[in-house]
Amino acid sequence: MTQPASDATAIVALTDAAKHFGPVRALDGVTLSIRPGDCLGLVGHNGAGKSTLVNVINGTLPPSAGRIDFPLSGATAAAAACVRSIFQELSLCPNLTVAENLRIAHRGLGGLNWRRAARQQVREALDMVFPGHRIDADATVDTLSIAERQMAEIAIGFAPRDAAASLVILDEPTSSLDAAIAQQLLDYVRRFCAAGGAVIFISHMLGEIFDVASRILVMKDGKVVAERPATEFTRQGLVDAMGHVAPEGAAVQAARAFGPQIVATPEGLTACRGEIVGLSGLAGHGQAEALARLYLGATSSWRSAGGRMVFVAGDRGRDGIFPLWSILRNASVSILPRIARRAIVDPAKEGHIAADWQRRIGIRTADLSNPILSLSGGNQQKVLFARALASDAPVVVMDDPMRGVDVGTKQDVYAMIRSEAAKGRTFLWYSTETEEVCQCDRVVVFRNGRISAELTGADITEERILQASFQMEEA
Amino acid sequence: MTRDIYRLMLPVVSLAVLLAATFWLQPRAMSYFGLNLLFNLAVPIALATIAQMMIIMVNDIDLSLGAFVSLVACVAATFLTDAPLTGMLILLALVLAYAALGAVIHALDLPAIVVTLGMSFVWGGLALTILPSPGGTSPDWLRMLMTLKPPSVPMAVAASILIAVVTHLLIVRSGIGTVLRGVGGNARSVQRAGWSVLRLKALAYGLAGLFGVLAGMALVGLTTSADANIALRYTLLSIAGVILGGGEFTGGRVSPAGAVIGALTLTLAASFLNFLRLSPDWQIGAQGAVLILVLAARLLFTRRSARA
Repeated sequence: MTQPASDATAIVALTDAAKHFGPVRALDGVTLSIRPGDCLGLVGHNGAGKSTLVNVINGTLPPSAGRIDFPLSGATAAAAACVRSIFQELSLCPNLTVAENLRIAHRGLGGLNWRRAARQQVREALDMVFPGHRIDADATVDTLSIAERQMAEIAIGFAPRDAAASLVILDEPTSSLDAAIAQQLLDYVRRFCAAGGAVIFISHMLGEIFDVASRILVMKDGKVVAERPATEFTRQGLVDAMGHVAPEGAAVQAARAFGPQIVATPEGLTACRGEIVGLSGLAGHGQAEALARLYLGATSSWRSAGGRMVFVAGDRGRDGIFPLWSILRNASVSILPRIARRAIVDPAKEGHIAADWQRRIGIRTADLSNPILSLSGGNQQKVLFARALASDAPVVVMDDPMRGVDVGTKQDVYAMIRSEAAKGRTFLWYSTETEEVCQCDRVVVFRNGRISAELTGADITEERILQASFQMEEA
Repeated sequence: MTRDIYRLMLPVVSLAVLLAATFWLQPRAMSYFGLNLLFNLAVPIALATIAQMMIIMVNDIDLSLGAFVSLVACVAATFLTDAPLTGMLILLALVLAYAALGAVIHALDLPAIVVTLGMSFVWGGLALTILPSPGGTSPDWLRMLMTLKPPSVPMAVAASILIAVVTHLLIVRSGIGTVLRGVGGNARSVQRAGWSVLRLKALAYGLAGLFGVLAGMALVGLTTSADANIALRYTLLSIAGVILGGGEFTGGRVSPAGAVIGALTLTLAASFLNFLRLSPDWQIGAQGAVLILVLAARLLFTRRSARA
């Protein structure tokens, strides 16, 4: 199905390219060639390897195995082959003007009057891609709206600079553009490809992919699972190709009886006593923010009603562990007021409780007074679970808590969460892994910061979640 | 563009207000001689402020600048007078040391504030080794340069304008200056565009070293002798000057013209307090009060413009 990589007309040819980060195979043997005129739609779930593929093609990451060639230009590096990337996160310098940002991207621009040349190039590129854009080339980027910044960035990506771009990689380019502007971009991408350019277009808006792509590449677990002309795909077929065909461990949670509703947020997130509520959808669509608002509102506000909650962090380094403390101290920090006698911590009680949780959750260490950093990532995460579960808070908020946790540990934690829920605790669980979400009694799917679907019982399947995460309507 | 003008407006206004108040207190200052006297010591401070600006431009801060300028002054008052060639080589080596410092800070991802704090003791120690007790003499040419009396405009004012114009061309107008500011704005994007951020940081630090050397030489030209502690207060003065001149600690938002004006304002604030017959014991505190006042005004301005 893939083109032979020796194709001399290809702009980029990957032969069995792989990228490993430790034991993680982010890219697991991809063979791919992109020729002039191609518009390749790249789709896949979070962590499917899209970004890694892009970074290998544009030279940010060297492949761990396999080769990458630029046969058409004969260049050895992506930059020399005029491969450009426009990244999802805004990557202009906010303190510079639009024209000055072009100067940064365009290294060859020199001479005394580079400013005028840069201004003209930016204006032409903006007019070309977004006719009627109303962006001043001399405007400082931080005075522009997010959409205007994205437009400027796209225009700089397509600007001719030293030599015309041969391949432009667009990673979620329309995420901050409104429909009309996005349509202008799609029209331009089609014209660009018709004129002999090539584009890799990554989007979670399937309508856009069908609108613009000539070929669609579906990635899953670091591998290309399907590559066909766009016309041979249907929307449903694309979603099926992205997801697991048969979800593993699809043990449907038996419907249980819950207590009264004890959590309700303005965006419609609710939870009852004893319920496990999953938050799902594509990463960065407002799940973590919704949880953070809920948690901080309940615990850190001056006028908090005292609705007690504990938090299990997924980003351990940032908001989980105290790196200089021992395992014991890290685990017991949530229960200090409870085990203190006249404001003095009772070390015997502290040690007793911590040892109890070490046994229950299986923290693999000889001595709890070892530093927390002596543990593996998965065991550090267990300490965070112990910290949360040892407290007597009725609500546990978990922000993608299984990052970097191995399969065995996951099973242990699933069992523990279920038994705690049966005792009447409420869990709010954001996860990027569908398998974890399938452990929940009820799942809310987020899209663009709002809840787009709510699934219960047998409806909690990868397919249904994907459907709700991707915008299925026409772009 | 309008924002940049806004950024420059406040330092200009504060300088004008302070100048008007000074003239009102002491009308005799309103003359060629008076202006020269008021702003004489502003030239080295302005140069040091520009040096600090180069560091702040790439999101770092230099706590060793005062000690560095003192060291340069000691070198200028000894080696540069007695053995000009050796003196020049030492000063060149100091500039290169600064560039290397920038490279090391970037390559090892060290906090600049700690590294420069440590370096301030190194510079201070070297200065004491060179000149254990105050003394030395300024090279004649340097003395002559700093006491030139150009027609119609006092030397201090002419030099300040020259510094502002040259650094404006270098940092704001030139291509490489733009890239350097880009490093402060979004280093990752600069890196992705194929620039070596390591070299750019070394360049920024090297430029800081160069302006630090110029500051030390200008200082010796004015004072005619040196001392290992002559410019220690320049560290904080230069940081204050950059911020007063519309710069910000992060994000590559700096204004060379503003920085020079900031340095002039700080110098003038000292003279103004003298004219008020304020005891020197209170002057540093009063200078701080002036600084807080101006910064508070700037905060109000930016809040209002953000709302508009």
